[in-house]
Amino acid sequence: MIAETQAVAGSSIPPAAQLAAEEINAKGGVDGRKIEIVAYDDHSSAPEAVRAFQRAVSEDKVNAVIASYLSEVVLALQPWAARLKTVMVTPGATSDVITQTIAKDYETNKYTFHGYLTSSAMAQLICEAAGQVVVGSYKMTTAVMLSEDAAWTKPLDEAFLKCLPAAGLKVLDHIRFSPDTTDFTPVFNKIESQNPHVIITGISHVGVQPTVQWTHQQVPIPMFGRSSQATNSSFWQETNGAAEGVLYVDLSGPGVAVTPKTLPFVAAFQKKNGNVPAYVGFTTYDEVYYLADAIHRAGSTDSDKLVTALEATDYVGTIGRIQFLPQGDPHVHGLKTGNGTITGLVMQWQGGKQVCVWPKQYANGKVSFPPFVKLPSH
Amino acid sequence: MTRFWQIVIDGFAISALYALGATGFTLIFGVSGVLNLSHGAIMVAAAVAAWAAASLGQHGPYLAAVAGVAVAIALSLLTYGVAVRPVQRNPRIEVAEREIFILTATLLWGIIIQETIAYLFTNNAKTVPPLVDGVITMLGVRTPANEYFTAATCWIVIGLLWLLVNRTRGGKVVLAASMNPRGVTLLGFELSTMYLAVWSVYGLLAGIAGVLLGMFLGVSSYSVGPLTASAFSIVVLGGLGSVTGSLVAAFVVGYLETVTAYMISPAYRTIPPLLLLVAVMYLRPQGLFGRR
Repeated sequence: MIAETQAVAGSSIPPAAQLAAEEINAKGGVDGRKIEIVAYDDHSSAPEAVRAFQRAVSEDKVNAVIASYLSEVVLALQPWAARLKTVMVTPGATSDVITQTIAKDYETNKYTFHGYLTSSAMAQLICEAAGQVVVGSYKMTTAVMLSEDAAWTKPLDEAFLKCLPAAGLKVLDHIRFSPDTTDFTPVFNKIESQNPHVIITGISHVGVQPTVQWTHQQVPIPMFGRSSQATNSSFWQETNGAAEGVLYVDLSGPGVAVTPKTLPFVAAFQKKNGNVPAYVGFTTYDEVYYLADAIHRAGSTDSDKLVTALEATDYVGTIGRIQFLPQGDPHVHGLKTGNGTITGLVMQWQGGKQVCVWPKQYANGKVSFPPFVKLPSH
Repeated sequence: MTRFWQIVIDGFAISALYALGATGFTLIFGVSGVLNLSHGAIMVAAAVAAWAAASLGQHGPYLAAVAGVAVAIALSLLTYGVAVRPVQRNPRIEVAEREIFILTATLLWGIIIQETIAYLFTNNAKTVPPLVDGVITMLGVRTPANEYFTAATCWIVIGLLWLLVNRTRGGKVVLAASMNPRGVTLLGFELSTMYLAVWSVYGLLAGIAGVLLGMFLGVSSYSVGPLTASAFSIVVLGGLGSVTGSLVAAFVVGYLETVTAYMISPAYRTIPPLLLLVAVMYLRPQGLFGRR
């Protein structure tokens, strides 16, 4: 297990893996053998992650690696998974290049599995949700895209440019900014001068600063989309409550029973660690379970047999029903999405809590905006 | 036209903040010849402490701000005690090499502070609750009221510092020591007491700047390097040791960045000031207001 333990999102990875391993071991392990988690901190650096990966395989003789929520890190590890013929699953990276690489040379790269959504799949979920929530309920018709300049947002933005207009939102502008940006005043002023109904976000490396400045400057346009840091329970404290009204799309959320396993996991995690898990906590927890299941079905820890077993995964986890896309698909080893497998949720920060506002079957609240947000008058 | 006023107002607030941060940095250099490369770490520590007091400690914004400044003063004195004084007093380090040893020591000390912050509070950005709520619309520009408050506080503090240095007896001793430390000791002033006082004042300035920055833009442990670098380039641009130079340079850098962010792209805002710095190094190595 390789993670960014100093980053808020990454810090959910080790305890979630540990929790799953303890639960499995308490029930007798995998065919009588215990699961042991070896944890590495890569300090958000690809070279450190590569060294950790090499060490994990050669010194610690691990059977599989769960690695990182950063696309940059996972892309650096992918060739090593191929060279060392070791199964690697990422709980949170999103770049489409990960699955595209597998599709390009399946035999070499088949050891990598994408345990989270690809950026383009994420964009599809966001567009679908936007079509229903902001276009459907609020009659919004125009949007400005706001994305940080990073590996994962390139395919995200490409997909947005196609699917937002299809969902009924005309894209007025497309702003990409450096993840080092600290002052978002010029960015918000530029957006405001274009008068869109909604800002569609693609942010992960940043989150606290744009959100706080959005509130302090009273930018009258709602934010909707991907905001990874907003998935963390500590986001409210870090922004001193400026998160109020922020809408984001995720696969899971506190208090939302996506499957019967979701809430018991959140409760167990909270009891053990004192906070609720970030999005990668959910996927990591599931990954340990379906890896254990695959090892059991393969009857072996041999990497090639494990790959075949993982490809046959059909497991209901905390984020939905997990199945991998088959060989031949452009996103082979990515997760299947859509009805019956994995569907998105729209969450909103309200009064210090993350409330699910869409879809209907999971919603435990209604969309509401802070007073400075002006909605289109039709 | 709105855009012009936007640049004027936003640029003023950020420049005032830079000026305050750089003033402390240049003060320490002027008096004791120390370039304190843990500057950014002390500012970030102040902001994170204020955030922690407000968010985790449930204290009000004023108490939180005071806690942040107090942490900065304590850290500043600790910096002097841990990273600067031992080097200055070590007979095994040659006098000519002391500057480089102090540079290294303060740089490493800054990294220690930075890593400690990341370890305790993660490297996610933190923001300090603003002391003044709401927005003010002036000349068609909607600006958070706290931004005006930030600019005003910076100028008041810089003004008080000027009074302290030029109008009080203690301040005049400091001024004299910056010109001729030996002469001051001959007149019967204890240099070590004065250094403690100067480092406390520096901590106060860095702390206020850090907490205000935490309210205005937010900080994370990643901000440590860029903050030290910006204070350093402002001070070098203005002329090492010249307070007036630092103030002017802070405004040059602040406005250059703001204009870039608005007219070109926010992604490139730090580049033009660095180009200017290179140009100044070529054409006028002593800086805009340097004496040497």
